[in-house]
Amino acid sequence: MTRLIPSSAITPESLYTRRGFLGIAGALSAATLLAACGRRATEPTLSGEQPASEPRDELDDPLNSFEQITNYNNYYEFTTDKQEVARLATSFRSSPWELEVGGLVARPRIFALEDLLAFPQEERIYRLRCVEGWSMVIPWQGFPLHQLLRMVEPLPTARYVRFETIFRPEEMPGQRDRYYPWPYIEGLRLDEAMHDLTLMATGLYGRTLPPQNGAPVRLVVPWKYGFKSIKAVVRIELTEQIPTSLWMAMAPHEYGFYANVNPEVAHPRWSQASERRIGELGRRPTLPFNGYADEVAMLYSGMDLRRNF
Amino acid sequence: MSSPSTHLRQASVGIHLGALFPLLLLLIDSLLGRLSVNPIQDLTLRTGQVALILLLLSLSCTPLGRLTGWTWMVALRKPLGLYSFLYVSLHLLVFVGLDYGLDGLLISQAIAEKRYVLAGLVSFLLLLPLAATSTRAAQRRLGRWWRRLHWLVYPAAIAALLHYLWLSKVARVPILAAALLLALLLLRIPLLRQRLRRR
Ligand code: HEM
Repeated sequence: MTRLIPSSAITPESLYTRRGFLGIAGALSAATLLAACGRRATEPTLSGEQPASEPRDELDDPLNSFEQITNYNNYYEFTTDKQEVARLATSFRSSPWELEVGGLVARPRIFALEDLLAFPQEERIYRLRCVEGWSMVIPWQGFPLHQLLRMVEPLPTARYVRFETIFRPEEMPGQRDRYYPWPYIEGLRLDEAMHDLTLMATGLYGRTLPPQNGAPVRLVVPWKYGFKSIKAVVRIELTEQIPTSLWMAMAPHEYGFYANVNPEVAHPRWSQASERRIGELGRRPTLPFNGYADEVAMLYSGMDLRRNF
Repeated sequence: MSSPSTHLRQASVGIHLGALFPLLLLLIDSLLGRLSVNPIQDLTLRTGQVALILLLLSLSCTPLGRLTGWTWMVALRKPLGLYSFLYVSLHLLVFVGLDYGLDGLLISQAIAEKRYVLAGLVSFLLLLPLAATSTRAAQRRLGRWWRRLHWLVYPAAIAALLHYLWLSKVARVPILAAALLLALLLLRIPLLRQRLRRR
């Protein structure tokens, strides 16, 4: 179980930064990736001609740069200053690491980092929409959470999944601030957690996940506001009761359990109708479910999304 | 020994330098591309922070002057208030021009849907006539109405703090700022009483 993925399985970063990413090995990985999520790919033309352009997401928007993604982070465990996280996180030890998976499962177990990396790693280009009104397009590597959950065999009584971030105030100065009820907690409904778009990310841009982005392993739920995508996960627990996230505990009327990106449901204080894509001036309209409505809207059919915000 | 007027002169110089320094830093960071990858938010937050600090400092001049006996401090209210208004105006320009690209529809939607924007706007609209009547000539022309008009700085500060509270994910700093404002208001009450008694 301690097989490490050969480094050749990961697209080298140079391919991302080079024009013609889709033209080379990227065409394969991008096509498999997009096929895997059941999405339209920017397919190579029949003549074999490759689009000589920067890599893009399936809505044809360019990726944000590695610099942007790794220097502008909301990670209150370090600091509330998004530009300072990268500096404060340099001494964070993300290896060795253990992820404990338990609760209402038949086979609880502890995954070492190597076990997590032994899942077949895929590349997924996802939009990340922060509740503050900005967004990025990020090429992650990782594996769908359902693969891990299947291994532990959820019991029929399990309805929710509770995630917990590491608590290590010596290395995470923000955690010394007692104002917040650390550790960070997030939750998903089991069917959301089993959805193929729900990713456990272990890297980005072909590199190991940087500490400021949630190393060594974090959740990525692209149709929900960014705070749902909990970082540096050490515990996953399947439960019958709905988990209370840190933000739900701090401000229950402002942060709901679902937190699906929804331009029609204004946050009690912020409209969510538009957003600023990092790297662009001006604003662009926010899409329902962050542009993933075709894949996930059916999870919520019949629910009043205004009440279940 | 330094006289009150030297104190005043020194404090004024300090205020001019101190209030212009953040603007200089903003210009340098903008020109050198040293803002964050979300530069518009950076500009918004930094102008807003300076505006609020200067506004609260302006409000503390009278009570602090009375408390310390440094009555010359009262004269600092005006430059502090005007500098605050300068930053509020920049803050608004960034919001309307850079952030929302002069898109009237998006802006009116933002005002209607985000109560913190409405509170900021109210604060700005209350501060506007104060800045416009800050000259000596206006003061003379308005006579006793000037004083009544400038009392609007209190609702303006309250609106600014509501703005700050409502836009913050975490209420701690806004609450500290509100506590400061409350303290300043409370300090004014006995003074107000004294003044009434003297009449
Ligand atoms: C003219 C109407 C105003 C508008 C449209 C406006 C808009 C904004 C916006 C969009 C933000 C950023 C919110 C975010 O990114 O989360 C902000 C932040 C802020 N504004 Fe305003 N504002 C206005 C007036 C004011 C006034 C009058 C003051 C104070 C005198 C003020 C002080 C602040 C402060 C302190 C912040 C927060 C800075 C921080 O979070 O560190 N604003 N404002």
